[in-house]
Parts: sequence; C-alpha cells; structure tokens
Amino acid sequence: MAVDKDTVAKIARLARIRVGEEQQAALAGELSNILGWIEQLNELDTEGVEPMTSVVAIKPPLRDDVVEDGDCRDEVLANAPEAAHGFFAVPKVVE
Amino acid sequence: MAALTELTLAGARDLLAKGEVSAKDLAEAHVAAVAALRPLNAFITETPERAIAMAEASDARRAKGEAGVMEGIPVAIKDLFCTAGVLTTAGSHILDGFHPPYESTVSANLWRAGAVMLGKTNMDEFAMGSSNMTSYYGSVENPWRRAGDNRPLVPGGSSGGSAATVAARAALGATGTDTGGSIRQPGAFCGIVGMKPTYGRCSRWGVVAFASSLDQAGPMTRTVRDSAIMLRAMAGHDPKDSTSVDRPVPDYEAALTGDIRGLKVGVPKEYRLDGMPHEIETLWQQGIDWLKAAGAEIHDISLPHTRYALPTYYIVAPAEASSNLARYDGARFGLRVPGETLDEMYEATRGEGFGAEVKRRVLIGTYVLSAGYYDAYYNKARRVRTLILNDFKSAYEGVDVILTPTAPSAAFAVGEKMDDPIAMYLNDVFTVPASLAGLPAISVPAGLSVEGLPLGLHLIGRAFDEETMFKAADVLESAAGFDAEPAFVAGR
Repeated sequence: MAVDKDTVAKIARLARIRVGEEQQAALAGELSNILGWIEQLNELDTEGVEPMTSVVAIKPPLRDDVVEDGDCRDEVLANAPEAAHGFFAVPKVVE
Repeated sequence: MAALTELTLAGARDLLAKGEVSAKDLAEAHVAAVAALRPLNAFITETPERAIAMAEASDARRAKGEAGVMEGIPVAIKDLFCTAGVLTTAGSHILDGFHPPYESTVSANLWRAGAVMLGKTNMDEFAMGSSNMTSYYGSVENPWRRAGDNRPLVPGGSSGGSAATVAARAALGATGTDTGGSIRQPGAFCGIVGMKPTYGRCSRWGVVAFASSLDQAGPMTRTVRDSAIMLRAMAGHDPKDSTSVDRPVPDYEAALTGDIRGLKVGVPKEYRLDGMPHEIETLWQQGIDWLKAAGAEIHDISLPHTRYALPTYYIVAPAEASSNLARYDGARFGLRVPGETLDEMYEATRGEGFGAEVKRRVLIGTYVLSAGYYDAYYNKARRVRTLILNDFKSAYEGVDVILTPTAPSAAFAVGEKMDDPIAMYLNDVFTVPASLAGLPAISVPAGLSVEGLPLGLHLIGRAFDEETMFKAADVLESAAGFDAEPAFVAGR
C-alpha cells in the first residue's frame, strides 16, 4: 500500500502530530516502504486463526472497587506545565 | 583487593556478607566510575548523593541483621522506569522536567531488596531503536572498539546506556526493558548478559509504556549468576499490573547446577538466514558443540513462521505505541508547546516533543489501527502472532530450550544504518519471535568477531521456566570462558 502526502497529513492529524508540509513527502516514502515490507504477511493464510489478545493465558484479575491511593493532587499538579486553582490549565476549549 | 568495580554482583554480595567491604565503599567506588564514564554519555541523570545515602542506610540495615538479596549492590536504572522525585525522561524531549511522584514496582522491589541507585541510564527515545541513536539526550558510545579502529560504535538499543554502563564496570547491574530485543541485543553488542523474563514475570507498573503486550523489564549484568540474583529481586506479582502473574518467584541462582546432561536443546533451521555473516554461523555451531559436550541432546527443530515475526512486530508494536503515547498531550506533564487552541497545542507539543523514529512509529500505528485498515493490518498481525506462539508451543513438546545467535552482526558504527529504518529493524530478527511469544530469553557473551567485538548466543526458554534457561546459560558461559574486556573501562 503506497502512502501519499495527503494520507500522511491525514494520519498525522489523527495522531495529533504536527508534520510540516516539507516533511510529508519524505515520510510518505518511508511509510510506504515499511508498509510494503509488512505486507508480506498477506502470503499467509490465517483463515480461522484466533487473533492473539494476551500472550500469557491469565484470567483478568478483579479487585474491590475501593480507593487505594489518592489525596495527592498537589504532587500530581507539580508536573503540570501550567496549573491554576488546583486544576490543569489548557487553552480555552469552549467559546 | 581488586578494584571494587571489577567485582561481579555475586562477588560483591559475598564480600558484603563477610563484612570485608561496606555498601558505602562500593557506592563510592561506583559513583566515581559513573563520573569517569561520562565520555560515553551512558547516563541521563546521575544520583551520587542518593547512592551514598542509600548505601549508608544499607549498611545500617545489615548491622541490624536485615540484609536483602541485593543488599548494598549499586545498580543503574534505565530511564524508562519511574523513580520517585528523580527526573524520568524515556530519552524523550516530551518528558522534559518530569519528576514522577511514584516509584515503578520493579525499582521499588530492587530498593526493598537493598540495592543502591547510581542514576538513570540513556536509551533510545521511548525504547524505540536498536542503536541508542534516537535518544533526545544524544547517542551512547559502546565501550568496545574494533581492533585497530577508533571510530565510536553503538551500544545497541534500546537499553544501550545500561549495557554500556555494566560493560564498562560502572555498575554491578542495571535494569533494562525489552520489547523486541532491547535488553538482549545491547547485551550482545556490549559483551554482557542481557535477560528478558517471561511476559508477566516483572511488573510493568511505573515503566513508561511502549508496547504493553510485549514490554518486559529484565536484568543486565556481567555474568549469568548475577542475572539470576537480580531477576529474583526484580520479579514478583503486582496487583497494580493486571498482566503480572501471581506465581512464586524461584531462587534462580539455585538452578545453576552446571549439570545439563540430557537437556534437550532445539536448533531452529529457520534462523539460518541467507547472507548471515560466517562468524555468526560459526559461533552458533560452537555453542551447539559446547552444549553437546556438556551432555545436552541437540535436536533440529522448525519454527516455520519465523520470517513473519519482524513484520508482525512492526504492526503490533507501533499500534500499541500509538495508543500508549496518546497520553503525551502537553497538558499534564512534560513539554508544552503553546497553541491557540487545544488541538494546536497537542499538535505543536507532539510535533516538537517526539523525535523522528517515534513519529514514524506512531504514524504507522495510527495508520494500521485506522478505519478500513484495522482488519487488514492489525488483526492480521494478531493472527500471525498466534501462529508464531503455536510454533514455539509445538517445539517445546520436544525440547527444553532453544539456542540461536542473539543478533545478525556485532556492534556497528555510530551513524550507520540510520537512513534505512528496515535495515535497523533487522537487528532484532532473532530476538523478536520470543518477544511475540512472551518467552524468557537470555543473551550470553560467547566470543569475539574478527574485528574483536563481542558476539552473543541466545537461549529461549519455556514460559515461566527461567530456571532451565539460566542453567543452560550458565553452562554456555562457562564453556565460552568469555574474558575479553572493552577498550574503555571506567576508572582505568
């Protein structure tokens, strides 16, 4: 599957990564090469093969729905690029 | 007494137990070695004060008769493990200034066992790389040099800082993480023992996530015995990781009996690659001969889907990475590049904060998970992954352990293979299948290339049978008698 510049722009948008116009062509070439190489999997017949969900067969554990930690707001916010009034601060999202 | 930095982990442990050295002596010697190691750029953060304080606390515990299995042993921690209050970067610009308020379970287990932290080691950004050249903090140099050639070589990756540190005698052990070979390949490139446990053996909690179905922490040490000691301290069930397995952790060191008579060793024919360097082939045959001479039975086996492992990996790992790395949004921690709107802030932060290889993989992952391609790529890869696991399951009906080379070459020069991502990915051709199957595997330094660089042999064990794998690795190590030393040894 060859990826073109428009596809690069579209997936970069989906991934929320700014990719400059000047990098799009180079990335399109790189991604096309990688995807072309990956497509050798199509040689294999996987009809009826179960897709792997977990490499180790374990039953997902359950625990009681109780708070085990917490009460550390200020410690968490200490890493925020911007915080205000005990919250993370971001650019305005609603008009 | 020989320099304290020349001891093995087991040797240091025994001297500590006899009271012939103190944890503080060991810490001071290693803090100085870490400082002497700076030309290799193996550390992102050194923590000398913490090392001395932890060593003093260790000596105090020992005086009270409370010594753990790693009591007083100085180790380095890959900068992928969150360490409370200590800068944790994952080798990325996007985690600028991140000081976790919590400690990873694996590092907490090490501290509980008495180990002492020397600092945080350099690595490929988000563990994506096989050369350490993708680190935002600059590449790491391998302490080894080709004979008669002074050009710097890569230490392998992604745990290259940890591998270089242990090889250059600046720590008695270091943590690594392995997603497709990131412990074993740098272990081979730097001439040390690199071990990836069974998936689920070590908790992933507090380890910056790359590909959650593959990531496993493991020890990097100079000997197999040291690896066994360190894994015991790192492993264990953790309710905070739902994929952590609730099984008792054995005393792996007790498995090193030296007796492998009757052990069935599988040699997979699909690992004989076209164009594989002759010296890799020769070393592999040497490994077979060593195990045979020690009483093992050699069996030719087939793992028919081996050649599909790398392309499967390069769907599954980027897909999981694109999801895991969605959390780097500039809002809650690390780098923020301002934007007028929230979306612009996300895009600017991630555009500037991620390096080229990380972007490439997140874009591939986003593509293979996007509407219309999910089945063709992602589900296809998950099906092939089942086939790869089934290959191993069939093989283990007839053998106890599998022997292969670790990597298709010795360490290469800084800057080589950078223009072709696929050539770089091929470094992991022998390590990726065991990762996809979640199996324990270990690289043991076994010989030198014609250029005088270390080469590793790779043993893959049954799930949760690290003991048999360690036992065979110990025999391999003794037979190889690898005693070559790198050109750069800290403090010499």
